Amino acid sequence: MDIIVCMKQVPDTESRIKVNPEGTGIVTEGIKYVMNPYDEYAVEEALKIKEKFGGTVTIVCLGPDRATEAIRTALAMGTDEAVHLNDPAFEGSDSFTSAKILAGAMKDMKYDLILTGKQAVDFDCSQVFGCLAELLDLPYVSVVVGLEISSDGKTTTARRETEGGMEEVIETPLPAVIAAQKGLNEPRYASLPGIMKAKKKEIKKIDSAALGLNADEVGEKGSKLKTKNFRLPPERQAGKKIEGEPAETAAELAKLLREEAKLI
Amino acid sequence: MSNNVWIIAEQKEGKLKKVSFELLGIGKKLAEKTGGSLSALLLGQQIDKLTEKLDGYGASKIFVCDSEILANYSNEGYTKAIVDLVKAHNPAILLGGATASGRDLFPRVAARLETGLASDCVGLEINNEGLLVAERPLFAGKVLVDTLIPEARPQMACLRPNVLPVPERGSEKAEIEKVAVELQPQDLKATIKEMVKTAGEKIDLTEASVIVSGGRGMASKENFKILEELAAAFGEGAAVGASRSAVDSDFAPHDTQVGQTGKVVNPNLYIACGISGSIQHLAGMRTSKYIVAINKDPEAPIFQVADYGIVDDLFKIVPLFTEEVKKLKAQD
Repeated sequence: MDIIVCMKQVPDTESRIKVNPEGTGIVTEGIKYVMNPYDEYAVEEALKIKEKFGGTVTIVCLGPDRATEAIRTALAMGTDEAVHLNDPAFEGSDSFTSAKILAGAMKDMKYDLILTGKQAVDFDCSQVFGCLAELLDLPYVSVVVGLEISSDGKTTTARRETEGGMEEVIETPLPAVIAAQKGLNEPRYASLPGIMKAKKKEIKKIDSAALGLNADEVGEKGSKLKTKNFRLPPERQAGKKIEGEPAETAAELAKLLREEAKLI
Repeated sequence: MSNNVWIIAEQKEGKLKKVSFELLGIGKKLAEKTGGSLSALLLGQQIDKLTEKLDGYGASKIFVCDSEILANYSNEGYTKAIVDLVKAHNPAILLGGATASGRDLFPRVAARLETGLASDCVGLEINNEGLLVAERPLFAGKVLVDTLIPEARPQMACLRPNVLPVPERGSEKAEIEKVAVELQPQDLKATIKEMVKTAGEKIDLTEASVIVSGGRGMASKENFKILEELAAAFGEGAAVGASRSAVDSDFAPHDTQVGQTGKVVNPNLYIACGISGSIQHLAGMRTSKYIVAINKDPEAPIFQVADYGIVDDLFKIVPLFTEEVKKLKAQD
């Protein structure tokens, strides 16, 4: 089974994010970049499926030069090959345009399954899986917390988390796009031999010309959705510290919630 | 191209989601600005009786797509029905709720219509040029931005539930237009086999009005029982959440995680018990209307965002506070 994992590099979730003075983006200096946490589940699931069915796992990553580090991490976890969609013209692409670039790269690739995270924790759009599936004319299941591949490798049964403790069990023929949610598996750590091996692996770089896309069809220019006016939300002020014995503070808290906040 | 505004009224098992009314409220305001009309789109099976519930919120028309194939939500079936209608009527703006179904559905709809989509918006307005401006959080709310779709149509956005108010209801009636759905079972490649309940009947964190959340300080899975009791004292609309470290320590199921790699919540009241308040956790709950922190550590960052803080042992405070809440509730 040949599997593609779409992966993105994002700021670590413990990062404090600052906005540039022009309000056109975030300040990238000093940020620690990591593999998108939800994509880690996608990589792990791909490796588990490969262990069972054989085949290859190929990472496809859209991002600037710095994303090489996250690609190496994915290779060190045990993935076989990597494609890096890297071109200054790609920067600022919205979800649809990102999906268009990814789909362009996949046109000539062989795959039975595409795995990715349910969202990237930077722009939080949660759209690429759906746009990509639409462009490739494939079914998709998002927010997946359980995945079974049939023994003949032709269909998959996915458990999709919905709301209020409910899950949908969805069967789809392969190929399909599966968007991973936390809970799908426990991502492995890269082994030392894996890290050594990953250093030597070739990462195939693809730019917009190689995909036959004009510079004005991609990036900010080619995007339908324009993002402006980056700003920090208003700061929350620390409020009241309630002091005293437990019985007093508990009673005082209830009273304040009733009288001031009108919540009880 | 029209100036009209459309909203998708979401129903599940014959019940309309609250966000549908929040969408009607904002949709009406937007339509007044664009000078167009407001319509609602209702999809499902045997949903006729739901249309009158949508009356009185400003929609002049309700399109009803009633079909056996739409009985259960599917991104393939719903996309086909919505896209066919949109192409026939060309609304300027198409809005839906950022619910479990909405977040799954709209990327496919937007891609098929080759238009832009603003995900998980917290504010919507019309600018001087008549364009939809969607305010949305990035990095789980660490940053806010405005998004615009200058050329492609319709301008699509999905609205985070519980952010905008449900409007007052008027008396006007909407015209009903039944739409024939041209869908065959074989149009759906993905098929829903069953719905599984993974836990007892519980409200989703993103829809909860009160969240009692536990962190590493809870020390064990069993101890979460006191949080459940507190949530129960608040009654309907209250739910139990958890921090990432509590989930990673197996104290709580992963679908209860609040934070940047969990759920972003905005209840009226968020009670953080034994949660230190890491950056990724604060990102997920900082828009709660009131925040209460109970933590032994006076230096915990959670106190910097809390409206009310108690520096003490949560195992002493929570049961006492639960009794106080019960007492006050009993007075009503």
